[in-house]
Amino acid sequence: MRTTFIESLSQAASENPDIWLLCGDLGYSVLEPFAAKFPERYLNIGVAEQNMAGIAAGIALSGKTVFIYSIGNFPTLRCLEQLRNDVCYHGADVKVVAVGAGYAYGSQGYTHHALEDAGIMSMLPGIEVFVPCDPQEVRAATHLIAGSGKPSYLRLSRQGEPNLGTAVTDLRKPRILREGRDIVILASGPIASRALEAAEALAGRGGDVGVVGVSCLKPLDEAAIRDAVRDASLIVTLEEHILRGGLFSMVAGAFAGDATRPPVTGIGIPEQGGKTSSAGSREALLDAAGLSAGAIVARIEQALAKR
Amino acid sequence: MTRPNLPEPTEFARRIRAHALRMVHAAKASHIGGCLSMADILAVLYTRILRLDPAEPQAANRDRFVLSKGHATAIMYATLAECGFFSLAELDTYCRDGSIFTGHVSHAVPGVEVSTGSLGHGLPIAIGMALAARSAGRGARVFCLLSDGECDEGSNWEGILFAPHHKLDNLCVIVDFNKIQSFGSVAEVLNLDPFAEKWKAFGWQVEEIDGHDVAALERVLGGVPAPSGRPTVVIAHTVKGKGVSFMENKLEWHYRSPSDELLAQALAEVGA
Repeated sequence: MRTTFIESLSQAASENPDIWLLCGDLGYSVLEPFAAKFPERYLNIGVAEQNMAGIAAGIALSGKTVFIYSIGNFPTLRCLEQLRNDVCYHGADVKVVAVGAGYAYGSQGYTHHALEDAGIMSMLPGIEVFVPCDPQEVRAATHLIAGSGKPSYLRLSRQGEPNLGTAVTDLRKPRILREGRDIVILASGPIASRALEAAEALAGRGGDVGVVGVSCLKPLDEAAIRDAVRDASLIVTLEEHILRGGLFSMVAGAFAGDATRPPVTGIGIPEQGGKTSSAGSREALLDAAGLSAGAIVARIEQALAKR
Repeated sequence: MTRPNLPEPTEFARRIRAHALRMVHAAKASHIGGCLSMADILAVLYTRILRLDPAEPQAANRDRFVLSKGHATAIMYATLAECGFFSLAELDTYCRDGSIFTGHVSHAVPGVEVSTGSLGHGLPIAIGMALAARSAGRGARVFCLLSDGECDEGSNWEGILFAPHHKLDNLCVIVDFNKIQSFGSVAEVLNLDPFAEKWKAFGWQVEEIDGHDVAALERVLGGVPAPSGRPTVVIAHTVKGKGVSFMENKLEWHYRSPSDELLAQALAEVGA
């Protein structure tokens, strides 16, 4: 995803001389092609994310489109108030790009796990939030936000994620990754690949299971989601993020006013306050958090039993 | 300057002090002490230094002024009104219900570049503006006014480290060094000394002056960009509550608004 992002950004920057890229001294072996091609529009700010976000706002308020890039929590939580006041309050054309969604930096430990970022970014007024599930969505998202003129958050995983499903048409719309109408799994981010595995297993037992990628968390296309689950007897949300503030919160909130709706089961990462996390790959940590395909199947079967 | 009709800095400062006193009194607002300490700095900037045109406040090649001490807003709005960005009558709505003239500075107000109020935000934004101005090659300069207490915020020091590294000579920071922050003196709360030496060690062109000496202010602010090729900091030694005897160097006037009687005395003292 990182590489796709920087390729896409370089292409956008070739077409738009107002695009700048700032990094917080992270992006080694990833950002160099952009820096080499556009040295006048690339800056390593140093390990100083508050300064980076403020500088980005200042450049953007001078008529530019500014991308800021770092790992997980650093360009988001570390400079949250700068994003709120300097960027969003002013409607400054700043794009926050965080690499390392969820457990992507698995063995690096909790400080490098981005588990609350998408929800927190979504709470900022006036920002658009994109959590692509595969590289082709990263390409679409990068071009979309480069031209949106608005503050944006782009949550990337790391590397090696496969493309899922067919081509992306409109990133703002939910994307059907697998047809199926009775049980519909709504998934955001690369964890969607596990939703597909789980759906496959459930289908083998006779279930009619669909998987829908929801990569634009804000603005959430509630009408399109409602359409995607119109015939469902169970909705499942799946995210590499805590449930509070993330996809589950948004979907549950969207349906809250409906007179009749199917039950919504949220599957995400348990909140971890005060607990130390063990070392492990992304895959191992996801499994430990109850997000293996098998555990997802079990959760869905439990929910079906209660139905 | 594009506005030859503006008064001399001393007269300009007298007017904006009087407006700010009336505004804070009417609104029962705070921060008059920190407004009065920076009146002469604003007067020199807006009558002598900044290349701004109220008829075209968004001109791409304008100089930028970023008020980082966003609480000192009465004097800022008064300054912009005196410059003709909007009418003096609009100052009467300061802090009233529905007014755009909020108690911390708002970019809804014509002539205000950025909203601040949470401290430590202005300098990084100003740095971004200076980078963009240099990239555009328009020769625009960026001035950023900090309070002394605000220098406790770490985000400033990230910017203070950054600007000289990038030789941002079109950037000028002015510190309104009135020696009093909100809960006590700077020396007591979190000492900044040796202040000038800190900036020098970070690579800035340092000017240390009396912040009420309009001739000195005009000389150092007019010297931006410095021939040294470095960003400039003007450490302006000021008096909190300057111009009103009972407010000068008094912590409580960070918060209080004057009664009717004290307002009359204050206005008389500033020559309104």
